[in-house]
Amino acid sequence: MNNFWIILFHTYLNKLKTKSFIITTLLTVVIVLVLTNLTNIIDVFDKNNGKENVAVLDETGQLFDSFKKQVSTINKDINLTLFQGSEAAAEKAIEKGTYQGIVLLGLNDEKLPLATYKAKSIADSSLYTDLQTSLQQVKTMLAASQIQLTPVQLEKLYEPVSFKKIALEKNAKTEEELNQARGLVYVLLFIIYFSVIMYANMIAMEVATEKSSRVMEILISSVSPIKQMFAKIIGIGLLSLTQLAVFLSVGYFSLKQNMESLNEGFFGVYGFSDIPLGTIIYAIVFFILGYFLYATLAAFLGSLVSRIEDVQQMITPMTMLVVAGFMIAMFGLGKPDAPFITVTSFIPFFTPMIMFLRVGMLTIPVWEAMVGIAILVATIVFLATFGARVYRGGVLMYGQSNSFKDIKKALQLTKNE
Amino acid sequence: MVLKLEHVTKRFGNFIAVDDLSLVIPEKEMFGFLGANGAGKTTTFRMILGLLDTSGGKITWDGNPIDYSTSHLVGYLPEERGLYPKLKVRDQIVYLARLRGMQKSQALTELKSWLVRFKIPEYENKKVEELSKGNQQKIQFIAAVVHKPKLLILDEPFSGLDPVNVEMLKEAVLSLKEEGATIVFSSHRMEHVEEMCEHLCILHKGSPVVHGSLKEIKRSFGKKNLVIHADFPLDFLKNYPGVVRSKPTMEGIHLQIEGEYIAEKILKEIVNQGFIRKFALEEPSLNDIFIEKVGDSYE
Repeated sequence: MNNFWIILFHTYLNKLKTKSFIITTLLTVVIVLVLTNLTNIIDVFDKNNGKENVAVLDETGQLFDSFKKQVSTINKDINLTLFQGSEAAAEKAIEKGTYQGIVLLGLNDEKLPLATYKAKSIADSSLYTDLQTSLQQVKTMLAASQIQLTPVQLEKLYEPVSFKKIALEKNAKTEEELNQARGLVYVLLFIIYFSVIMYANMIAMEVATEKSSRVMEILISSVSPIKQMFAKIIGIGLLSLTQLAVFLSVGYFSLKQNMESLNEGFFGVYGFSDIPLGTIIYAIVFFILGYFLYATLAAFLGSLVSRIEDVQQMITPMTMLVVAGFMIAMFGLGKPDAPFITVTSFIPFFTPMIMFLRVGMLTIPVWEAMVGIAILVATIVFLATFGARVYRGGVLMYGQSNSFKDIKKALQLTKNE
Repeated sequence: MVLKLEHVTKRFGNFIAVDDLSLVIPEKEMFGFLGANGAGKTTTFRMILGLLDTSGGKITWDGNPIDYSTSHLVGYLPEERGLYPKLKVRDQIVYLARLRGMQKSQALTELKSWLVRFKIPEYENKKVEELSKGNQQKIQFIAAVVHKPKLLILDEPFSGLDPVNVEMLKEAVLSLKEEGATIVFSSHRMEHVEEMCEHLCILHKGSPVVHGSLKEIKRSFGKKNLVIHADFPLDFLKNYPGVVRSKPTMEGIHLQIEGEYIAEKILKEIVNQGFIRKFALEEPSLNDIFIEKVGDSYE
């Protein structure tokens, strides 16, 4: 077998077998399972089947019915009961857990409702917000009738204004599509961001470990550094794909199981049900290119340090680049057509994330995406050739090496004077 | 399969690491490189292996430069020992052997026989970081020779080993030579080179100061050592004409003299002065030659 493949599989299998890799993968799978089953899990822990019982002590004797009606339109899961008894008795019932809380309804001087909400704690803000909103509406109605507005007049007052959004550009994405794209792009950006940071780190560490343990000198005497570097990059790349495949398939199947319950919530809004194929292909292309870009950079930076402790320091500037790209992309999610975003999408270190954001969110001409990809590929080729030369010299260089001056020194080592 | 270095020079910026080095190392020879730290031994090895390009001159083995196409014929033990600390001995050797073009099963058989030879068969499944430094060095040595190289380059193979292990490793090196490998090794321990090498080269600040076969070097050096143990003071010999240097010892004196005839003269001079326990004329040691050529700065 070719040396290239020997190194590739050695890197891949060795990393695959490490405890830390297995533990991280399992932990992440658990997190993915929890996230995709969140609604089920919440249901399990919710004793009242999602219903919240709230007692109402109506001092006026006339507000309860309209209040209950309003509450049921806002949140079906809030169950109001008219409480017959003293306030103290109600408080006891709350302590026992029969009710979540109690609302004391009364009227003020102007004959408008006022209320006090008592509960064990007021941490569950959604509950009392719903109650407050409902009572607000009851109050509005009462006030309206006090100034003798007819329900028809009232309705006119509160009727929402008609506001339509139409994109003039051809093929422009509709509001719904945009929301969908935003969710998808958001998730994929995260994947690109984390994988680039994680795996680029792994490569830099791998190279630095071989160098600091001095096994490098034997390695480069049997296999050319360039072959080695790329075997390593692709080996770790395979590793990342393996890990992502595990996450995505676990996530996908788990999601599919829970599709019905989730379609109503977050996932309904961000529609993961029908992902456009084009976006997925772009995601894969940009993921792979982004990986190669940063992996090459990491490999040659890793070859410059002689102690593992210096790795972090050496690759910090690279990490900063990734973080900057991610920040810009996050900003771009809300304003994908800003000129700033357009410009940065052609800067190679940002392209994987930002160009992907643009193709995902906007309808940009294909050539723009292609130019982005071409720039990216060119940068990778440049970094690879340059990096390979630095790598070749860098791996023979020992000593205090944690500055960028060393790049020059490393290049000098390989130079044929 | 002659290894030839022709006017090899290596510059790092303004610093000249190796200066116009020409050597011929015949096949199945054991060739010793001597030199103080920083003399350019490791740089020369790296150039021979093709890890560094030469700034001038040419290195050929059997007429061709050494590159990755011949790497399965070359074994290298670097000066800085290095193995994967977290990897088991077995996986480590198999991986490195496969990179040198060996089959896995073959590598395992070889590894086992080497481990038995070094009396450490129980370490096959241990991680390298669990081994002592001396044993790690044996593993490193196995990694360099497991694929039966035709050309073996050993950079300071015996440094940091106890005498028992030095002997064990020496035997292994000699047996490899018997099997037909060309061996180039460096050391700053003169006695190792003196004991094992037919040919040698002393490097000083990048240039070869002495180069040739051990016997010839000694013969052409001319000077001899004279050891005298006697019951009477010998201090006056310090300034005796023809004595190059002297070192008093507990029992007498060590002299370095310009030639055999001086010894004769000295013997005549002292034979009547008292009882002489020992009067021995010795060949110069490599150490003497080294010190003479490289200077007293070397300790």
